[in-house]
Amino acid sequence: MYRRLMQCLVRGAAAGAVSAGLLLGTPALAARTDIVLGIRLEPPHLDPTAGAAAAIAEVVYNNVFQGLTRIDRDGSVKPSLAERWDVSEDGKVYTFHLRQGVKFHDGTTFDAEDVKFSLDRARAADSVNPQKGLFEPIETVEVVDPQTVRITLKRPSGNLPFNLGWAAAVIVAPESAADNKTQPVGTGPFKLAEWVKGDHVTLVRNDDYWGEPVALEKATFKIIGDPTASFAALMAGDVDAFPLFPAPENVPQFEADPRFTVVVGNTQGKTVLAMNNGRKPFDDIRVRRAISHAVDRQALIEGAMHGYGKPIGSHFVPQDRGYVDLTGKYPFDPEKARALLKEAGAENLSVQLVLPPPDYARRGGEVLASQLRNVGISVEIVPMEWAQWLGEVFRNKNFDMTVVSHVEPLDLDIYARDDYYFGYRNPEYRALYERFVASTDENERLALLGTLQEKLADDAVNVWLFLLPKIGIWDARLEGLWENTPVPANDLTGVKWRE
Amino acid sequence: MSAVVAGRQGLAARALGHPSFLVGAAISLVVAATALLSFVWTPHDPTVLDIGRKLQPLSAAHWLGTDQYGRDVLSMIMGGAVTSMAVSFVAVGIGLGLGVPLGLLAAGRRGPVGEAVMRANDFVFAFPALVMAIMLRDIFGPGALNAMVAIGIFNVPVFARLAYGAALPLWTREFVMAARVAGKGRGRITLEHILPNMLSLIIVQATIQLSLGVLAEAALSYVGLGVQPPAPSWGRMLNEAQTLMAIAPRLALVPGLAIVVTVMGLNLLGDGLRDLLDPRLARER
Repeated sequence: MYRRLMQCLVRGAAAGAVSAGLLLGTPALAARTDIVLGIRLEPPHLDPTAGAAAAIAEVVYNNVFQGLTRIDRDGSVKPSLAERWDVSEDGKVYTFHLRQGVKFHDGTTFDAEDVKFSLDRARAADSVNPQKGLFEPIETVEVVDPQTVRITLKRPSGNLPFNLGWAAAVIVAPESAADNKTQPVGTGPFKLAEWVKGDHVTLVRNDDYWGEPVALEKATFKIIGDPTASFAALMAGDVDAFPLFPAPENVPQFEADPRFTVVVGNTQGKTVLAMNNGRKPFDDIRVRRAISHAVDRQALIEGAMHGYGKPIGSHFVPQDRGYVDLTGKYPFDPEKARALLKEAGAENLSVQLVLPPPDYARRGGEVLASQLRNVGISVEIVPMEWAQWLGEVFRNKNFDMTVVSHVEPLDLDIYARDDYYFGYRNPEYRALYERFVASTDENERLALLGTLQEKLADDAVNVWLFLLPKIGIWDARLEGLWENTPVPANDLTGVKWRE
Repeated sequence: MSAVVAGRQGLAARALGHPSFLVGAAISLVVAATALLSFVWTPHDPTVLDIGRKLQPLSAAHWLGTDQYGRDVLSMIMGGAVTSMAVSFVAVGIGLGLGVPLGLLAAGRRGPVGEAVMRANDFVFAFPALVMAIMLRDIFGPGALNAMVAIGIFNVPVFARLAYGAALPLWTREFVMAARVAGKGRGRITLEHILPNMLSLIIVQATIQLSLGVLAEAALSYVGLGVQPPAPSWGRMLNEAQTLMAIAPRLALVPGLAIVVTVMGLNLLGDGLRDLLDPRLARER
């Protein structure tokens, strides 16, 4: 017995020494080439041309799939699969010159036919593209030669290069497009290695990548839905980075810890208390204005976001050109809110507030409900999972109020859509928006952006609450991660470990 | 006759001499009294958010401090006691109301009917309250009603099995046979002889199920399937306090302790009642 015990101990010690040697040996070799990123939501599938969920773009945008153009970390438009483009005098014809030697992950060659296929598919009548509006101005897409594509527009649209940089406008191949939801085949620096549902998505380096080689060999997106677990995973080193950290109350702890870099940047997330304008009592502008007066943004940001988040007064983010500060339009004034409700004959309002899962919505909703009760509106909170929210609220428009963050950039178009979920139908606004889209004069465009924001605020369509902060927390030895989120993305092309 | 009287007199005396019964009863009374008191008075309104006073430490104005929204923690604990008690009492009511008759029916009938009833119970028993609550969410939506029904359904087979098990041996006892010979029907015998003789068992089990109900309610609220804000709930307080552990650990400790103490109190009470009410255990002393 004794001898056997000794044998075990000796063997264990030997194994320990070997593994310790291995462990100690590793860091001397080279900097790490893998990364584990924490993401809050699992993508429903991996095809950005078939789903609006930001979680899709957060995994695949510019990693797996690329467009003719791309939107960079500062929100600017950069060439991607198109090296350059020319615009005709009248602003209606764009000629894109494509990059040579680009291959899809399955080995097929990228050329002008793929571009025509992708854009025609996105704007077809039966298209399931989540952003069909982006392609609406396109009249025709023609293949000039394998390296050149000519896009003719119905009317001038200065937004085209920016719009073609969206995740919904990425270029896919006719051979593989149908299976992109589960087996994405793109042109990017990474390709899908495995997707374990409910746990992680792993990408590996594409060695045939056309562009500058990327430093990372492997990137794992680990799905961690719970704020407490996110905190623990970072602290324990199970994840290297959380680009959108969900628990603002924990930020001071990470800031005090030298192992981590904390960057509080901007997103395009316009967080709104959306009201169903098509339904009583929200079809009455006095009710909507009353609710706007009832909301105390400062208290909301302090209570739900622990102070992180800039107040906004219309559907536009402060860091974009053309922003007009309208946060003072409906100052917090419970008395005025009550008076307006009385005037509208809506004194004993009883409404439901639907809340999707993110913490900004659940926590924000609790604070908002309390603020609305304060002016005599009785609020019932109805929590929903995303799938249910997308069905009930977004598609069926069966709701009174909800809290959600609109993360798409420059999406003033949603207020010009008759069928959009908050049911704002205003011909004046639509005419203004059409003028904005058609305009190619920069000054006129900026002026119109201001008018559009003012029109929305004046109509009190929704209560615009705050700009969702991008609280990024990652290992201090990592560099190259985006500090802001101009579009939903975790572009890993420039990410590497410091040696 | 004289033996029964002696037993009754002994009961009060033995109760006073039974420490765990006394402690359990005292704790349960305090929790119940707190819940009742909160209907007429709490230090502050537990549903009112006052962001300007968030995360305040213990003070004369806020005995247990305030939470991340500036709500008074003591008031929330008091309000949470109501939620806890209401949900577990209704759930035990559902379990008693459905389970005991089913168990008695199965024991009285036996044969295929009894067999069918008990196997159906086994089937329901396979679903824990949490799974039940998730399944029922689509019908009721998350809320107090969902929690009550889910925990209640979970309680049904517990009481059905207890009643069945207790009733079976009683049916073979002499006084039951005498009643049958006298011409009483099954239903009447069940009501007049079987049920009264198992009442103490049911009371004890009900107390234990109350404590399980408190736990289950906290668990359901913790995962968001229980009562919805603004109604205070210990489980949700725990959930919300998780990420604040480093800043304000008391926000998790206070509701956690409330749950522990309440569950422990009800369990002690149940154990004590078992000792006091079960004649066999009483004789062994």
